Amino acid sequence: MSQAQLEIQVIAVLVAVACALPGVFLVLRRAAMLSDAISHSILLGIVVAYFAVRDLSSPILVLAATATGVLTVWLVEALTRTRLVRNDAATGLVFPTLFAIAVILIARYARTLHLDTDSVLLGELAFAPFHRFEVLGRDLGPVSAWVMGSILLLNVLFIGLFYKELKLATFDPEFAAAQGFAPGLLHYALMTLVSMTAVGAFDAVGSVLVVALMIAPAATALLLSHRLSVVLVLAVATAAISALIGYWVAHALDASIAGSMSTTCGAFFLATYLFAPTVGLLAQVRRRQQQRMEFALKMLAVHLAQHERHPEEAVENRPEHLVEHIRWTGDFARRVVRRALSDELVTLQSGRLFLTEKGRALASESIVQGA
Amino acid sequence: MSGALENVGSIWDLLTSPILRTVALGSGLLGAVSGALGCFALLRRQSLVGDAVSHAALPGIALAFLLTGTKSSFGLVLGAALAGWVAMVFVLAIVRTTRLDENTALGIVLATFFGFGLVLLTFIQRLPNANQAGLDTYLFGQAATMLHEDVLLLGAGGALLLGLVVMFWKEFKLVSFDREFAATVGYPVQRIELLLTLLLVAAIVLGLRTVGVVLMSAMIVAPAAAARQWTHHTGMMVLLGAIFGCAAGVAGAVASSVVPHLPTGPTIVLVATSWAIVSLFVGAKRGILWQWLRLRMLQKRLAEEAILVGLYELAQVHGGERHGHTEGALRALSPNLLRVRRRLRELEQRELVEETSRGAWALTAKGQSQAQQIVEKAQEKR
Repeated sequence: MSQAQLEIQVIAVLVAVACALPGVFLVLRRAAMLSDAISHSILLGIVVAYFAVRDLSSPILVLAATATGVLTVWLVEALTRTRLVRNDAATGLVFPTLFAIAVILIARYARTLHLDTDSVLLGELAFAPFHRFEVLGRDLGPVSAWVMGSILLLNVLFIGLFYKELKLATFDPEFAAAQGFAPGLLHYALMTLVSMTAVGAFDAVGSVLVVALMIAPAATALLLSHRLSVVLVLAVATAAISALIGYWVAHALDASIAGSMSTTCGAFFLATYLFAPTVGLLAQVRRRQQQRMEFALKMLAVHLAQHERHPEEAVENRPEHLVEHIRWTGDFARRVVRRALSDELVTLQSGRLFLTEKGRALASESIVQGA
Repeated sequence: MSGALENVGSIWDLLTSPILRTVALGSGLLGAVSGALGCFALLRRQSLVGDAVSHAALPGIALAFLLTGTKSSFGLVLGAALAGWVAMVFVLAIVRTTRLDENTALGIVLATFFGFGLVLLTFIQRLPNANQAGLDTYLFGQAATMLHEDVLLLGAGGALLLGLVVMFWKEFKLVSFDREFAATVGYPVQRIELLLTLLLVAAIVLGLRTVGVVLMSAMIVAPAAAARQWTHHTGMMVLLGAIFGCAAGVAGAVASSVVPHLPTGPTIVLVATSWAIVSLFVGAKRGILWQWLRLRMLQKRLAEEAILVGLYELAQVHGGERHGHTEGALRALSPNLLRVRRRLRELEQRELVEETSRGAWALTAKGQSQAQQIVEKAQEKR
């Protein structure tokens, strides 16, 4: 592994972790798509600030871009408050407008600018190590690593210091307001953080990956745990591992690192969504099948008990009859009977089903429950 | 003078050129289709679906190219539509089976599909024999390179989509407004919703090449949001959405061909969103401007009434009706009163109050009777 490769991975992990932390709160506040809006509209801030200072490396650009991100959130909220459009439409109006203005400004007035629109969307992590941070002639590593490291530190500090407040304002904003926590202020502080993180990450990974890194690890973690602290840790871990795997996949395919990182995040989410214990899709399906079978067994027991020692019993307790009477498909009826036999709820004697003691107990229990 | 004339002449030439006609026609068609279908998305609170689908279409485009090696519009559009549809199925499944909300599901699908598309695109770029030039036009769109073939595709696809909207008009309308009711009456709500989503995906995918991934979502939202401000009637709204979208498409295409270095996609989007914002301010009765004006009038009337009643009560306390009172006394009575002096001058002009001495005010006879009426009305209400 070369020095550059190592540096790219360090930056990738820093970006991923820095994004995942505020992402958890975005997802919890059901405002995930704000990250998409912010990560696009910050371009306008960068362009406008560039026209003012004519220097692409000026920190003013970062400030202006962060401010534009916060402005986007404010605009969306102001539009929603008019009640003329709903939140989704407000978001869909605000950020494409700002983004379109930025693209037009670049195309018309800044074609010589080193800001081609492709790299805005896509970013290029592979170039990050070329930009060095030097103090007094000493090379201290790539600039991106320092920038993202500082942003990560800020995120950790903010969440650490205001953990209790954030938690309360996220889960119960009314109570938080009643306690005098100023949820609005906290909300905007969080949005400033999201915006700043997006600005920092944008250079390296482009606007779309910012969205992937903010939302996907957080969502994955939320599927796995209900405890905020555990969710934060899981999100950070997923993001960091996705960053590393993503890097090596991109390396193998000679493809975009940013794209590969988001794909890996998505793959982690998909795997969790399908296979997670209890909440995963497979677990849900299995549980539903199990419930259906349990219910069917009860129904079979009740059915047999109803007709026990009645003249029609000879007809009603034939397995073939179940299809007709309870409207089960033949296949399902056979499975229920097989299961009932193996659970010793019924016995099969010359083509007729008879309840065992256990089966009779289940039937009477079910009837009592039903009544 | 002759220079200006020449300029006009060359602009005229440009406006009548077959290239611009193709581009304007294509953009107009695209605007009309996305404007009409966007209305349903807006009504169903799914405006951000456009954003997700347009991003999610990227891997479909790349895969279609990888598998078929063709850059023909039709093949790529098919791939894009398939990917967009799979993305929507994912979103619906995630929302239905987890506790994550729709925003989160959209965000995940949008970003990860797009990321995967990016991996494929960069992978294709590095294949030795692949001429992939033109695939990345889907990112930002390139209306200027629209061909006759593309316009035909847009026209045929658009006509099909709009035809389906007309055919299923009643169903779409019902599902957009009252899903529960539609389900109760026995409509196959899920299937109708799926069809509606499918049409939306198709509209988005048709437009991708013109305005690009990022901005396509605005073509779904903006004309619909504008149309919503002018009418309460669904049929009218869909019609207006189509008209606004079409107008934005044509205007954007023309503007970008007349003004140098004005990219078409972003210009179309800017026209559409600007009109949406104008509509938000001045649209029908609900516009922000009208709301604000109504609020101001109401505030003014309340302030006037408070002053009249204040002076009336002060006069009652002091017995003598001609006794003047200062602004300070009025403010003490109702501390929230704003611009007291201006209100007093206005009331003076209407001969309801008069300045008895410098800075001291009293009701005129007319003002007195009006104040009395207000007080009586308030007591009646109580």
